[in-house]
Amino acid sequence: MAEVRAEMVANVWKVVVREGEAVSEGDTLVILESMKMEIPVLAEDGGVVSQLQVAEGDVIQEGDLIAVID
Amino acid sequence: MTAETLGPVLIANRGEIARRIIRTVRRMGLRAVAVHSEADAGLPFVREADEAVLIGPADPAQSYLDPARLLEAARATGAGAVHPGYGFLSENAAFARAVIEAGLVWIGPSPECIDRMGDKINARNLMEEAGVPVAAGTREPVTDLVAALDAAELIGYPVMVKTAGGGGGIGMSVARDDAGLAKAFEQAARAAARFAAAAAAGGAGDALAGPAVLLERYVERARHVEVQILGLPDGRVLALGERDCSVQRRHQKVVEESPSPGIGPELRERMLAAAVRAGEAVGYVGAGTVECLVDADAQDFVFLEMNTRLQVEHPVTELVTGLDLVELQLRVAAGESPEITVAPTGHAIEFRVYAEDPKRFLPGPGRITAWDEPAGDGVRVDSGYEVGNTVSMYYDPLMAKLCVVGADRTEALELGRKAVAEFTVEGPKSNLPFCAELLENPAFVAGDYDTGLVGRMRA
Repeated sequence: MAEVRAEMVANVWKVVVREGEAVSEGDTLVILESMKMEIPVLAEDGGVVSQLQVAEGDVIQEGDLIAVID
Repeated sequence: MTAETLGPVLIANRGEIARRIIRTVRRMGLRAVAVHSEADAGLPFVREADEAVLIGPADPAQSYLDPARLLEAARATGAGAVHPGYGFLSENAAFARAVIEAGLVWIGPSPECIDRMGDKINARNLMEEAGVPVAAGTREPVTDLVAALDAAELIGYPVMVKTAGGGGGIGMSVARDDAGLAKAFEQAARAAARFAAAAAAGGAGDALAGPAVLLERYVERARHVEVQILGLPDGRVLALGERDCSVQRRHQKVVEESPSPGIGPELRERMLAAAVRAGEAVGYVGAGTVECLVDADAQDFVFLEMNTRLQVEHPVTELVTGLDLVELQLRVAAGESPEITVAPTGHAIEFRVYAEDPKRFLPGPGRITAWDEPAGDGVRVDSGYEVGNTVSMYYDPLMAKLCVVGADRTEALELGRKAVAEFTVEGPKSNLPFCAELLENPAFVAGDYDTGLVGRMRA
């Protein structure tokens, strides 16, 4: 199980994957936006997105859980 | 009309640039009117203005990018002129028109000039007609991948892919083959769509809204050198010297200096003359910047784009020329054609102090718990924040511009090292450690660098 957490305060601009979806290493899970910059959050390992904790438009803090990949 | 009779000047911007404009406006004996979002209420520029108007929430679309709210603030405060700063609506021709139609003085070039230079494809074609060298590239907007692939075949890889209406490096990338182009085109098209959506939300459909993409021959190991121009109401266009902006990450500038260590006197003369020609070709009145790519080995250059506003890095020009570019903008906007002697001396460097980590340059907003700026001879700090402020995720990461000026480049580098070491910022992340690292980098110290420098430092 791998937890994907936010590295910074950001707005969730786009959610690319859905819960239950299979992803490969390097796939984009969500795209964050902070300080006029788009920051893609990538899967570090392949697996299935078992939890997706953010929705488009959410403001997340550094350390917040974005997704869990099993 | 003279600048002194412009009336109160509304500054349609925030942070360090609002503060810097307020300083000159007040020095000239005019009232400075600030506008601010809820998130910015505690920032120094709000306090330092003679009057400040809350115009909306943190989201720029509902505050700094909303023409209606800005014009209402101007009306309510009896402003006589609007200075847009850089970014936000500074290159938005529709906003410039709305300001003028409201009976106010727009401190910037005419909306027609903004329109003509705002579209990068149009600007390129205009410059080519005016005899300014341009890179091989597309003369028509590219709207689909098939056309992009055809164009790339003609131009030859590598190509730079960018949005015709974009700015600030957003949506720009280099493609080295067909697969890379597919990716780069998609990225640029997405950025173009966002620019269009943002412009529509701001109630300002204009030149920056075009969904078109532009391809250009990518020059490897190029320097980015720009010329500051000033068009006067009497028709003269002056070149106020160049700035080297080759220290970039993500195609965005981090450090700028003047004079450029990469161009000789003969190339400088040609570039300044071409920049004047560029300004004359569009009847440019006001301060503007002609950006070029320079091949330092060949001592040759091509036109890149023109920025129809004050640049972030204008202080380096001020430090070597002794001119106040904001004052000149106000004088020109009021119809004055001042006599200006351009005789640059010394060497100036600007370091952009960004709220970002110094390794990967990812944003790191946060509340400022410690802030101590360097000071002294040859040091100028244009900052937007102080201790207790929050650098929010809604705006760009620029916290301050640390500028130094010395008798020569060696002295400027030494002043830079000392000033960077003396600058304390705690709370948000800061790229000051990167600035310190750069000041010890052999290529930077030797002045022998290009736009790939930061990438090589992080490879």
